[in-house]
This record gives sequence, structure tokens and C-alpha cells, in this order.
Amino acid sequence: MSILEISNLSLSFGGVKALQDVSFRVPENTITTIIGPNGAGKTSLFNCISGFYRPQQGSIHYQGQVLSSGIKPPRRAALGLARTFQNIALFRGMTVLDNIKLGAHVHMKSGLLSALAYFGPARREEIAVRRNVERRIIDFLEIDHIRRQPVSSLSYGLQKRVELARALAMQPKVLMLDEPVAGMNREEKEDMARFILDIREEWGITVLMVEHDMGMVMDISDHIAVLNFGQVITEGLPADVQKNPEVIKAYLGNSDIDSLRKKLNPEGEAA
Amino acid sequence: MRIGDAKQTYEADEAIWTTSTQKFWFGLFLLFLLVFPFMADSYLLYLGCLVGIAVISTTGLNILTGFTGLISLGQAGFMGVGAYTVAWLSVNTGLPFPVTLLLAGFMAAAVGILVGLPSLRVKGLYLAIATLAAGVFLHFIFAEWESVTGGMGGLSLEPAHLFGWSFQSDFMMYFVIVPLAVLMVLAAANVFRTRIGRAFIAIRDRDISAEILGIDLLRYKLMSFALSSFYAGIAGGLFAYFYRVVTPESFPLSMSIFYLAAVIVGGMGNLLGGILGAAFMTLVPEALKLLTSALTPFYPNAPVFMSPMLEIIFGALIVGFLIFEPHGLAEIWHRIRRFFHLWPFRN
Repeated sequence: MSILEISNLSLSFGGVKALQDVSFRVPENTITTIIGPNGAGKTSLFNCISGFYRPQQGSIHYQGQVLSSGIKPPRRAALGLARTFQNIALFRGMTVLDNIKLGAHVHMKSGLLSALAYFGPARREEIAVRRNVERRIIDFLEIDHIRRQPVSSLSYGLQKRVELARALAMQPKVLMLDEPVAGMNREEKEDMARFILDIREEWGITVLMVEHDMGMVMDISDHIAVLNFGQVITEGLPADVQKNPEVIKAYLGNSDIDSLRKKLNPEGEAA
Repeated sequence: MRIGDAKQTYEADEAIWTTSTQKFWFGLFLLFLLVFPFMADSYLLYLGCLVGIAVISTTGLNILTGFTGLISLGQAGFMGVGAYTVAWLSVNTGLPFPVTLLLAGFMAAAVGILVGLPSLRVKGLYLAIATLAAGVFLHFIFAEWESVTGGMGGLSLEPAHLFGWSFQSDFMMYFVIVPLAVLMVLAAANVFRTRIGRAFIAIRDRDISAEILGIDLLRYKLMSFALSSFYAGIAGGLFAYFYRVVTPESFPLSMSIFYLAAVIVGGMGNLLGGILGAAFMTLVPEALKLLTSALTPFYPNAPVFMSPMLEIIFGALIVGFLIFEPHGLAEIWHRIRRFFHLWPFRN
């Protein structure tokens, strides 16, 4: 059963064809990864799914329903599509706690009048969100020591983690992560991989990820789609994708299979 | 020094004042505001009322420009809408002043929403120009729609009345203006403890990720415009009752710049900054005048030299503050507070 299904999606900017006839599916409760060289169209695809770009052709089905272009990004958030960005898009003027609370925005209802008085429903709702954020998210992602700090004072790895926390506060059904471990050191990468696995297993959230770190991709993905020049070359299990000669060609531009095996298999079994 | 402020409930941690020291100082400040009119002479009372009105209007503009990141040069226009609403209602109907003030706020909010409509497409300096145009337009309406606004002559109104009291003197007006200013600043502080205030700041910091979190940009930008001009409308209404005459020249375009300067000097996106900025902008020119008269006995020529210099000194002070403390007066206040948090262990 696929929670997200992309069918024959095409997107072009003037003469540049960012996506051509892209089709693939994201099975429910899996970690699905899109890989491909730079400029292959991965982030464009994300922007189509979150509603920033309007594809000229094709359709996106989410939970069996068509996500038409008329459904704007805020509405998609309410439907359960959350995402993080390649270059962190946190609110720099706010503390970690406020950033995460913002994730819960779509699930809150209090209006302007009760907010002005901070009385009754608005107050109860704020306290409930705070409790939920503290107990479920801050605790889970191990960021309790920085909750009062302004985001701009944090290291890159921690900022990525706060962005993940904010996306989790949206209580999404599908979590889209754009390069979640780019620029991290080994320890931070391992932490992030562990969080992503836990999000799938404990929270039951489907993860759709774009990532370049082949070690992590091959280790934690259940399903991989490979994109090159705006087209899907192949999709399938990690082991199958690794062997696909088209993929090898896309990454290296020739058929130097041995060095590619090393690249796709950084743990480097000599076999 | 700050010790023993560990919290046991999330409620206590989400409060505006989280330590008993803060509550104590705020209580003392309220007491001062209460006692002030009984001690002050008429000149200080007049200044106190002016600062109160300026605080309400600056807090409103701070919500829009400081917190939501939408620059507005229409504040004087919105205040004018509030003032004319109060003046017209008090001349033509017998409504009591709390009702006319509230209607002034709503009227200004409605105009604010209209002016805010382009803000989804127009940002930054372009929005400043769009709101400036709206301000010019409103000024034109005040001057030309004679049957309602009285044209260039403006409207004169009776003092506010309630339960047999007449709010004719500055002393009585003080007890309308200052409690309202305190309440409205506290209400604004409440907004920024809830999802609505966070949405405003999110739009200021990064509107694309605000959208991805489910924040409807147009809805919240308009809400910010409405709230901000509601504050301006109330301030304008109080202005009308305070001077009891409203003319187009009561709300010149330079007044919009005055309030924008108050927000920037005080500290953008900081409610305390709005208060400090409003007090600074209102009181410093007066202090400079006092300085001139204090110097006159020693230098008989002081008025001749000083009166053209006042504007320059005032401008230089603003520039100086911006250079030495770009985050505004509020940051200076925070630095003093931080010093006492750690005192005497670190200095």
C-alpha cells in the first residue's frame, strides 16, 4: 500500500526540464530514499510534493487522493506532509522551544481574542502543546539542554536536529527530509540515522528522504528511487539498486564498476 | 543574583514573569504609575499622558514591523482614522467613550486590513512605499471629506463623560490613558506567548518555512495589520479625547516616521523596546528644551544657539544609539539585567 504515489510528473522552467515523466511510489511505513547526482531534480520533486512548484503534467496521489495544484502548502501541512530543508530553514530569531512549538501550529485552534487574554482555551492549549513537545519530542531527540537557546547560536548538527523536531511536532504522516545528514560528522550522522529509524518504527511515520551519503542510504532505506536528469532510472530495494548498471553509469558516467561498488559500499566488504 | 527559580509546572515556566523579583519590580512600577499623577505637576502629567498614547501606538507598530517584519509608514493615518471616528461619534451620537474608543479601534483595524492586502505580494521597502501612499490617501480624505471630517478646520469634541465624571483635565485623562496602555501592552505580551504571535515571528524570519508549517501567510499578515491598526486606532481615539480637537494636521506623515523611529530606537520585535522607544522619542525633545531653559541663566544666549540645535542633537542621539546599540534600548536594559543575574560572582 503506497501512501504517496507520483505518476508521470513533468516540470520545466522555460527550456530546462527539471522533471520528465517521473513516476514512483512511497510504500507506507517505509524509509524511501531518492538518490541521484546533483541537479537530478530531487529537490524540485520535493517542492512539487510540498506545493511550492506546480508541475505541468502528471499527478501526486496522497493517501489515495489527488493533491492538485490548488492545494497550497499550508493545507498540505494540515494533511500531514512535513518536511525539512537542505539549507536549514529555522526561525533564527526564536528559541529552540518556540521553533518546535511552531510545528504544532496546524493542530492548534485558539483565536486572536483568547490569545490577547491568554485565558481559558488558549492557555490550556499552549500548556498542552508545551507538555507534548517536552515529553515526546525534546526528550526523544535529546535536545533538552538547548531548549532555551536561540537557534542561531547552535552548531549545524544541532540545528538540523531542531528542524527535525519541528517537523515531528507537526505530527506528520509523511516526513520529507532533504539531506538530513549533509555536513555532519560521523557521530552526528549515526545519531540522525538512529532517530530516523526510530521515527519510522516507534512513531509509524513514513519517511521520504533525499540523501547523498551512500553509507547511510544503503543502511537504513527500505526502498530507493534513483533520479538522473529529471528521470527515474530505477526503483527498488537497496541491494538491487546498487547492482543496477544504469545507476552506476549515472554516478560515474562510465562503467567503472569496482570503484562504484566501493562508493556504494563504503563499509567495503572486499567481496 | 538569580537563584532558586526552578519550575515544577509548565504553567509556571510559560508565565510572563517567571521570578518573584520580576513580579516585585513590576508591582512597584504599577504603584509608581498609580501615585505619579498625585505627585506630578501639570506639565509632567501632560507628558505622562503623551507617553501613554505613544506607548500604545508604538506597541501596535511594533507588532506589525518589529514582530511580523512588515514595514509600515501608515501609522499616523491609522491613528487619524481612530481619532476621527471618536470625534465624529462624539459629535453626532451620544455613545459613551468606552464604546467610541472601541469602535475607533475596529474602524482603524478595518482600514488596516484594506491597506495590508497588497502585503502578500509587496515586501520590504516596497511595502513601506505602499503604506506611505495609504497614509497620504487617508490624509487627503481627512482634509477633503468636509461633511464628515470638517475639512481643514477639523472637529472639536466635548470631554469624555462616564457615570457623571467628566474627563476634562489631564489628571482624569491620565487614569484613562495609562491603565489602557498597561493593559494593551500586556495583551500584546500574551499574543506572543501563543501560536498567533509565533506565527507572526515565523513570517518575519522566513516566510517559506512558515508556509510549510501550515501558516496561511495572507491570513496572518492581515491579522497583524488589523491588530496593529487597532492599537493605532485606540491611540488616535485617546489623542482626540486628550486634545479635544482633531484636524488633518494632527496626524502629519512625519508622525508615522516618529513611530517607526520609536520602534527602531527601542528595539524591533521587543515589547519593552517599544515602551522605551516611545518614552525616549517623546521625552528627549522635552528634556532638551528643559536643558535650554536651565542654561539660560548662565548663558543668556542659550535659546538662540540651542533652539535650532535641538533637532540636530535629537537626531544625533538617535544615530548614536543605533550605532552603539543596534538592537535598541531594550538590549541595554537586558544587559543591565544579565549583570545582576550573575552578580556578585561575575562582573
